[in-house]
Amino acid sequence: MKLMWFHLMPYTELPEDFRDANPSVWVDIHSSLFDPKRAHLMYNDFMDELEYAAEVGFDAICVNEHHSNGYGLMPSPNLIAASLARRTTDTAICVMGNSLALYNPPTRVAEEFAMIDCISGGRLIAGFPVGTPMDTCYAYGTNPSQLRQRYHEAHDLVLRAWTEKDTFAFNGRFNQQRYVNIWPRPVQHPHPPIWVPGGGSVETWHWCAEMNYVYCYLSYYGYKAGRATMDGFWAEMDRLGKDRNPYQAGFLQFIGVAESRQQAFDLYSEAAEYFYGRCLHVDARWSTPPGYTSEGSQRAGIESQIRKAADADVRGKSTGERFAAVAREMNAIVDNGYVIIGSPDEVAEQLREVATQLNVGHLMLLLQFGNMSKELTRYNTKLFAEQVMPKLKDVHASWTDHWWPQPMTSSQRAEVPAFSPRLAAE
Amino acid sequence: MTEPETLTIEVNGFPTRIWRKGSGPKLGFLAGFGGLPRWVPFLDELAKSRTVIAPSLPGFPGGDRGHTVLDSHLDWLLAVREILDQAGLSGADLAGSSVGASLAAEVAALWPASVGKLALIAPFGLFDENNPPTDPWAQRGDAVPGLMCADPDIWTALKSPPEGANSVEWPIEQVRANEAAARIFWPLGNTRIEKRLRLIKAPTLLLWGEQDKIMPRTYAEAFAKGIAGATTTRIVAGAGHLAELDKPVEVAREILGFLEAD
Repeated sequence: MKLMWFHLMPYTELPEDFRDANPSVWVDIHSSLFDPKRAHLMYNDFMDELEYAAEVGFDAICVNEHHSNGYGLMPSPNLIAASLARRTTDTAICVMGNSLALYNPPTRVAEEFAMIDCISGGRLIAGFPVGTPMDTCYAYGTNPSQLRQRYHEAHDLVLRAWTEKDTFAFNGRFNQQRYVNIWPRPVQHPHPPIWVPGGGSVETWHWCAEMNYVYCYLSYYGYKAGRATMDGFWAEMDRLGKDRNPYQAGFLQFIGVAESRQQAFDLYSEAAEYFYGRCLHVDARWSTPPGYTSEGSQRAGIESQIRKAADADVRGKSTGERFAAVAREMNAIVDNGYVIIGSPDEVAEQLREVATQLNVGHLMLLLQFGNMSKELTRYNTKLFAEQVMPKLKDVHASWTDHWWPQPMTSSQRAEVPAFSPRLAAE
Repeated sequence: MTEPETLTIEVNGFPTRIWRKGSGPKLGFLAGFGGLPRWVPFLDELAKSRTVIAPSLPGFPGGDRGHTVLDSHLDWLLAVREILDQAGLSGADLAGSSVGASLAAEVAALWPASVGKLALIAPFGLFDENNPPTDPWAQRGDAVPGLMCADPDIWTALKSPPEGANSVEWPIEQVRANEAAARIFWPLGNTRIEKRLRLIKAPTLLLWGEQDKIMPRTYAEAFAKGIAGATTTRIVAGAGHLAELDKPVEVAREILGFLEAD
């Protein structure tokens, strides 16, 4: 299976009373909490951490897009990915992703992803999220009643921009472009693999299954809560008569590994409680822009609540609504499975179970979360790479990953000049 | 309160409800934010001396999913014009509240001959960055009733499912109404209607709830100043944004008095 190292790039110095003194970590988080000079250090630490993860052997390093967000400092993940493309050699670069409807014209996504694919020699995984309500409807002002239609149209435009040989006119409902002809074109043929993060909506399961895209559930609530959502995806795959190839799925999981479970508990409590307490503090008024949740998902949500079904707390719920119900204290964080902690053996054991039970071939792992220091992040990452990773390599070994980047051979690729080992080692 | 006659027309392929009640000269009413999931006392008051015709707007209760095919402001205005024509309201007096008032004003601006007199209750459409309207789509659920009505229980009762209602579809319809309003007015409520106000030649009554927590009172002045026809402004005591729900008798009396005056 594939073990991928994911960074959210959280601002690590939100004050202790953040939750009580501020309405929200997202959309209207106050600028006085942001110190650009501290952020300079954070960005550089975070990029060091991503580069280190590549160096110690993770299959991919992952970045994502958020706006006006105190726990996600990447309005443009493409900027980070471009830098990573120069500082890594063989590791896949997963941009998870670009919220298609926010780019005007969406051709921009086709261009920038093609640039990253060229610079990296074909190592890009192209993620296409719809984007959360906070990012899309509030921070970026996109009409929630048109968001999904715009997303799908932008997807069609990007795909055509990558694959059509000649200049073409795009006559969309929301986008009209007389001359579409991107330079550069992606290295990967016909285009980089497309992965779609979803939140448990019926339509997204169906769309990924139909389009043969990787469905990813980027949940902050661990494998226990994620089960119902992944089961929903696989049920849809079954319904359409598709293979249960685990590589068509991705799942996000927080990890804290140490010598023992108790040591892990002690080491990672502060960072976990910082994340679940401060970073997920989102004002409920940003939760449900009308139209964001499709009527099909609303219907499934209401019906699941009436049935008191196992997935009642996720179906038809928006990101913000899920945040509101989250546990914030380490015992509950661990009991609920949000963060998997333990010795290398214990973590490997649990991850094997996650990968098997959820039938997921791509685990996107958060080994830095909350205000975790660079030193502790490095320890977590190193221990995982050395002692957990080897124990998991055999999982799903009988399946082929059809959704992994196909880079140029190393002999074809540019030689990347050496960079100071001091940066990577500290 | 007796039920109105219900007719169904088709607009852009979507069934659209028309309520009709009373006798006398026709008076159209376009409902406000949230639409009309049920008949309300205000319409009964109007029906005492008028033939009240209340068509649903696309996406609002009774308007099915008609909003989903309306992408531009022109699409919306053409749909509203078509609904009014099919409802037999061409040339009739027209009243509207909030979202509906904004669309009524647009129709009066674009097709002056199609509207008699105009009565607008706290219309959407303007945005003053020094005094912005409240964002109705960024609210905790429990805050909405108190923003829409001076008496929050009135909004809550309007939006509660009646006995026998489908417990799954009813709440979805109420969300759809908020979505339809968003589809026209997201994110600021600003349709740049100020550019078209000068085209409104109809005599116009502007009504504003004294306790409107959505649309600032100063917007009444902006509408009065912009509209070319003669305007009268009245503040409704004890009423919120949807003044016709809080004070049905008083609002109906103001409108009927205005329509009957020379």
